[in-house]
Amino acid sequence: MNHEKLRMVTLVNGQSVELDAIALLAPDAFQTVVADAVDVGQRVASLFAAPARQRGVTQLFAVLVNTQLSRLHIVRTEIHGGQYPSLTNRCPQVHLFEREIAEQYGIKPVGHPWFKPVRYHESWTGRDAWDRPAGEPILPGVCDFYRVEGDEVHEVAVGPVHAGIIEPGHFRFQCHGELVFHLEIALGFQHRGVEGALIGGPDARSIHYAETLAGDTTIAHTTAYCRVIEALSKCRKTARAQTLRGIALELERMANHVGDLGALAGDIGFLPTMSYCGRIRGDFLNMTALLCGNRFGRGMVCPGGVGFDMDDARVEKLLRQLDAAEKDATVAIELLWDTPSAMARFENIGRLPKQVALDLGMVGPAARAAGVEVDTRNDQPSGVFRFTHIPVSTYDTGDVFGRAYVRWLEIQHSIQFIREQLHTIPSGDILNRAGSLLPNRIAVSLDEGWRGEVCHVAITDDDGRFMRYKVVDPSFHNWPGLAYALRNQQISDFPLCNKSFNLSYCGHDL
Amino acid sequence: MLNVIVSRLKQGHRTMVYPSGPAPELPDRFRGRPSIDPEKCLTGCRLCSDVCPGKAIVVADMVRIDMGRCLFCTECSTACPQQAISFTNEYRLAARNRQDLIVVPGKQEALPAARLDDRLLGMFGKSLKLRQVSAAGCNACEADTNVLGTIGWDLSRFGIQFVASPRHADGVLITGPVSRNMRLGLEKTFLAVPEPKIVIAVGACAIAGGPYADHAEVENGADNIVRVNLYVPGCPPHPLTILDGLLRLLNRI
Repeated sequence: MNHEKLRMVTLVNGQSVELDAIALLAPDAFQTVVADAVDVGQRVASLFAAPARQRGVTQLFAVLVNTQLSRLHIVRTEIHGGQYPSLTNRCPQVHLFEREIAEQYGIKPVGHPWFKPVRYHESWTGRDAWDRPAGEPILPGVCDFYRVEGDEVHEVAVGPVHAGIIEPGHFRFQCHGELVFHLEIALGFQHRGVEGALIGGPDARSIHYAETLAGDTTIAHTTAYCRVIEALSKCRKTARAQTLRGIALELERMANHVGDLGALAGDIGFLPTMSYCGRIRGDFLNMTALLCGNRFGRGMVCPGGVGFDMDDARVEKLLRQLDAAEKDATVAIELLWDTPSAMARFENIGRLPKQVALDLGMVGPAARAAGVEVDTRNDQPSGVFRFTHIPVSTYDTGDVFGRAYVRWLEIQHSIQFIREQLHTIPSGDILNRAGSLLPNRIAVSLDEGWRGEVCHVAITDDDGRFMRYKVVDPSFHNWPGLAYALRNQQISDFPLCNKSFNLSYCGHDL
Repeated sequence: MLNVIVSRLKQGHRTMVYPSGPAPELPDRFRGRPSIDPEKCLTGCRLCSDVCPGKAIVVADMVRIDMGRCLFCTECSTACPQQAISFTNEYRLAARNRQDLIVVPGKQEALPAARLDDRLLGMFGKSLKLRQVSAAGCNACEADTNVLGTIGWDLSRFGIQFVASPRHADGVLITGPVSRNMRLGLEKTFLAVPEPKIVIAVGACAIAGGPYADHAEVENGADNIVRVNLYVPGCPPHPLTILDGLLRLLNRI
């Protein structure tokens, strides 16, 4: 592919460029570039619409991840009027993005094979892609679900309110006896209007939106947000701040991975690991609280650096707590692998083939467990990860066991990483206050959250305010993978499969 | 099997002694109940309210902080040139009455009331089953409510349990600002709980909308849908804050 000819803008993770540097491609050239890039192994990190200067015109932006070169490519086009030919049939990983664009901007992707709303809200432009009458309430989860017909086929509907303490979502299973033919997942119940509220920012609330986009991913989302701000204001972080961010990110990863391994054990009724891990997860959350006073890292990451410094006593205490938690976690988790009855419930359940993971553009541990070597810390390193490399943990089965085992590998790498970093925290300040944002620029920031790639894109207007802010939580890429993994599984294995992915509802619903 | 027994011995007994013993140690950077020093606060200055993301600070005859809206981000205390606002390590924040969450200048006199009235206490005091509804919560309040069920906190020793069906519940514990898309789900769940029933709102979102207050997509908290019996402030509240609220609600401490 000739990048020169197409004037595709190439940048590194966490960089900003002038909006004018991104050439406008004709709609068909835009689609060709995106589809060809995916064909040669690139991935669509984000595909979104934004307003254009001219009325009635909408811009489309695509952010492509080039793993081989550790670079990001941005292309854009303009849509005149209310429709364009859908790209989904050629490039399945954009299917949800196209539905999202339709819902937000009222632009129809003509020929989309699975065209329905994503979050069930009114469009931002007054134009409705489904031609629903204005003012008519839009009810969540009310749409045509895929149905399998037949004498002995039945449908099981679950949610939005679930049995445990868990976020809401609606699941429809097409079953034959215990066997699931197809699962369709309808989300949107958690929609709080975050992207819309970020327009015109940054303001006092912006960082709190970032912190609560997915509350269990506070560090990753807030880091991505802050790096966008830093790129747009040409603010340089100190090495000390970047190291502390990295430590907080890995603590977040471990807390969630340990918690999920415990919950997986709980789903198969293996109580020892469930009980231990539930508690050990709290130990990791308390380490984050030792850094910043809050178990979820609220206030830890802020534009220009971090909000809390480290001192020797804190390093000592953290190292002690890390040693104790490592010992406990090892005993608790290795018990799973040593117990044949537990392993029998993990192996060959919820298998996701590598090719499907690639086609769907999946990210994070769910993709790595299927053999896809993708990890933002390694492929698009930023901050401390440019200097210290964490090995990419993969497995090749793509089943529940793979997804569980990859988590354990990552926990071990994270512990080692934090231990190394704590001994070598660079000296210096923790904060360089970020100034005002430069006008008419676009910045992209990727971060490897515990679920996978967190992608934030911001575009500023003439006054240096957010003209558009696009968030992609890893769950947005991965929910269809869960649906796929359920095919030909027993419906009673759904909780187990679901927990092995443990995707975010609010991160998807925004 | 032998592995299981060995692991059990290695892990030991981990349930905390609280409330019969001391509460678990809070981190030194923990941000609890805000405090306003009347000596230092200058009248007519609005620096604190201007920077507050939750619109939690009202400046009139004196500065008041609404803990129900507070995100505990400390922007106000940073902005105050007189250092009049500080965040204490007081974790006991839950209150029965919404107005008891308003912090006024000066020292806190006593803990706000949280106890249920005698009739409900007689029914729920020793056994309280709750249905949890996440209504656009970010999963932080949910996670730190969930943690109360782990062996460290062991909520069931107080007779408090989270149940899978509203039909089995004595009340609803709500997290999140209540999105428009979850309003019906919450209403139906609440209706399915048999009378008499109670409602507990956990976190800034469930109390007043949190960072999402006044978004067209949310209902600004549970209060606008159902009558709340206990408010637990925080973003998210520490598990100890939630547990303290539940235990004071049931008159157990």
